[in-house]
Amino acid sequence: MTRSRIAASFAKDANRKLLVPYITAGDPSLDITLDLMHTLVKAGADVIELGIPFSDPMADGPVIQAACERALKNNVTLVQVMETVKRFRQTNTETAVVLMGYMNPVEILGYKKFAELASDAGVDGALTVDLPPEEAGELVEELNAKGIDSIFLLSPTTPDARVKQVCEIGSGYIYYVSLKGVTGAANIDTAEVAGKVSHIKSFADIPVAVGFGIRDAASAAAISESADAVVVGSVLVSLVGEHGDNPELLHEKMFETVNGMRVAMDRAGEAS
Amino acid sequence: MNTAVESVEGKLSQQFPDSRGHFGVYGGSFIAETLMDPVSELQEAYAHYRLDKEFIAEFEWELKNFVGRPNPLYHARRMSSELGGAQIWLKREDLNHTGAHKINNTVGQALLARRMGKKRIIAETGAGQHGVATATVCARWGMECIVYMGEEDIVRQAPNVFRMKLLGATVVPVTSGSRTLKDALNEAMRDWVGNVDDTFYIIGTAAGPHPYPAMVRDFNSVIGKEIKEQSLEHTGRLPDAVIACVGGGSNAIGAFHPFLDDKDVDLIGVEAGGDGLETGRHAAPLSAGKPGVLHGNRTYLMEDEAGQIIETHSVSAGLDYPGVGPEHSWLKDIGRAQYVAATDTEALDATHKLCRIEGIIPALESAHALAHAMKIAPTMGADINLVVNLSGRGDKDINTLADIEGITL
Repeated sequence: MTRSRIAASFAKDANRKLLVPYITAGDPSLDITLDLMHTLVKAGADVIELGIPFSDPMADGPVIQAACERALKNNVTLVQVMETVKRFRQTNTETAVVLMGYMNPVEILGYKKFAELASDAGVDGALTVDLPPEEAGELVEELNAKGIDSIFLLSPTTPDARVKQVCEIGSGYIYYVSLKGVTGAANIDTAEVAGKVSHIKSFADIPVAVGFGIRDAASAAAISESADAVVVGSVLVSLVGEHGDNPELLHEKMFETVNGMRVAMDRAGEAS
Repeated sequence: MNTAVESVEGKLSQQFPDSRGHFGVYGGSFIAETLMDPVSELQEAYAHYRLDKEFIAEFEWELKNFVGRPNPLYHARRMSSELGGAQIWLKREDLNHTGAHKINNTVGQALLARRMGKKRIIAETGAGQHGVATATVCARWGMECIVYMGEEDIVRQAPNVFRMKLLGATVVPVTSGSRTLKDALNEAMRDWVGNVDDTFYIIGTAAGPHPYPAMVRDFNSVIGKEIKEQSLEHTGRLPDAVIACVGGGSNAIGAFHPFLDDKDVDLIGVEAGGDGLETGRHAAPLSAGKPGVLHGNRTYLMEDEAGQIIETHSVSAGLDYPGVGPEHSWLKDIGRAQYVAATDTEALDATHKLCRIEGIIPALESAHALAHAMKIAPTMGADINLVVNLSGRGDKDINTLADIEGITL
């Protein structure tokens, strides 16, 4: 097994900024999630963030809340999400997959078992939204032992001392939340983000991804000028919400949206 | 925390939580990074003002003059002789302004918000008692008040919704998830994340990220302190047991905490048994749940095998919560407090008995504590004193009571 598909993705091409789409696993079904993962790769995804559905997604806006509710109607579990990654790995061994979710499903499964199953499935990183570095020691240890990156969030209000702490404990990449709010909340201020990203980079020896509030090709391209990677979630999840009952159209729309971002980011890269 | 560690060694009441909010393995701050900054700001402010003499003096003045404390510890003589065993004493939190213990905490947090310069207050509410208590203090000090309330609860608790509006609060219906208290809490957290600069979140129970469990406990500890003084005054000794209902557990922890080091005083928390623990339709995480992480703390939860939070059931909206304050989880594990459950039927029966025998209409929440006291009192001698924390009055529940009897008001 490669030590980290995430590190490999960032190392591949110094000029290429990574595109990291997020979808909620099991929305509307795990089979469709699996197919969507392949579509995302075709459209230009470098890393896929796969959401673990949770009944109480406190840091998420209405779009991802609704996705969690749709997935939980089918009783989708963390174990099933990891099995889906395993199925994805049958044909794709290159694209990094990061699981993103809340603590309780991980807590109930057990840290050690989570790390084992994730590693066995070919998961590359884990981001537990409500697990700040202060509480994360034990889980990070188990994940490290299995070669899985622990990804942490930074926010506009994180003071420098905590930025340092997160940079020390985190691996893979740092996820900078670009606005004060929940996922999908508002439009972001590109210039402000650029300033913050370069400040974080003065502490971090791992790449910085930016997410929350990126909704189209233009904002993805603008953010990619400063960030190492662009995370886009709510806008894709709302496509699933809208077209979940018509998989063919959903794949078409998903490809179009993600590829549009990819192309715009590449253009921005060439221009600079 | 108290810095004089040596002098308090061995005293449970002084040791917990630790500096990061842990009660043993429970508590902590399980929140997204986006909330870390406002929570840290609150931790610092509370760590400072909890020891500030002026702050404490103002809090005590408000409790006396605005809330109406101290309220009585009342010897329910007729009830005691009907039961034919232990003496029942009622701590009359129902006589506070706004009709429940909730006001103790909202006064404290509002005073803190004022000192922190926050002008916009948000809160979650289930039954509406905490919402009313928050709207009350916001009116008292001229602060903007937004209360998140599940769509289901808005229908079930219409009179309290109107009370909040009368007091000038904006009530925001929550339509996500199960549309009840836990979802209102999620929504208030989301509001806070987006408005961290000017907003103070007044959590209504002794749960959430540190410092809430300790802070809400401290503001409610006046209940236990008064019980202690009043017991000595009436009976010349401490009670044999203190019994309180536990939803999130703010009234219970307030009543228990001053007694943690008095090992001869039994502390009994009574959860909502709903249709009965064996049916799975209840709200009793300590009696029938297991530990997990929700709403910023590690604690006992109602959850399925995959770690999803499950819906709770109780006739009393105020106990209808899938979690519980982390200090209760810890007290359960170390055996200092005992947790049991009373069913809907038992609570309703206790409500009617207290109405008829003592002329007091208890809140359905508090009736759970009373139901347990009624269960154990007959097995005890007449020299045993049981204190039941009557955490609120039952006026808010008359529609529920009437519905159950098929009466339309």
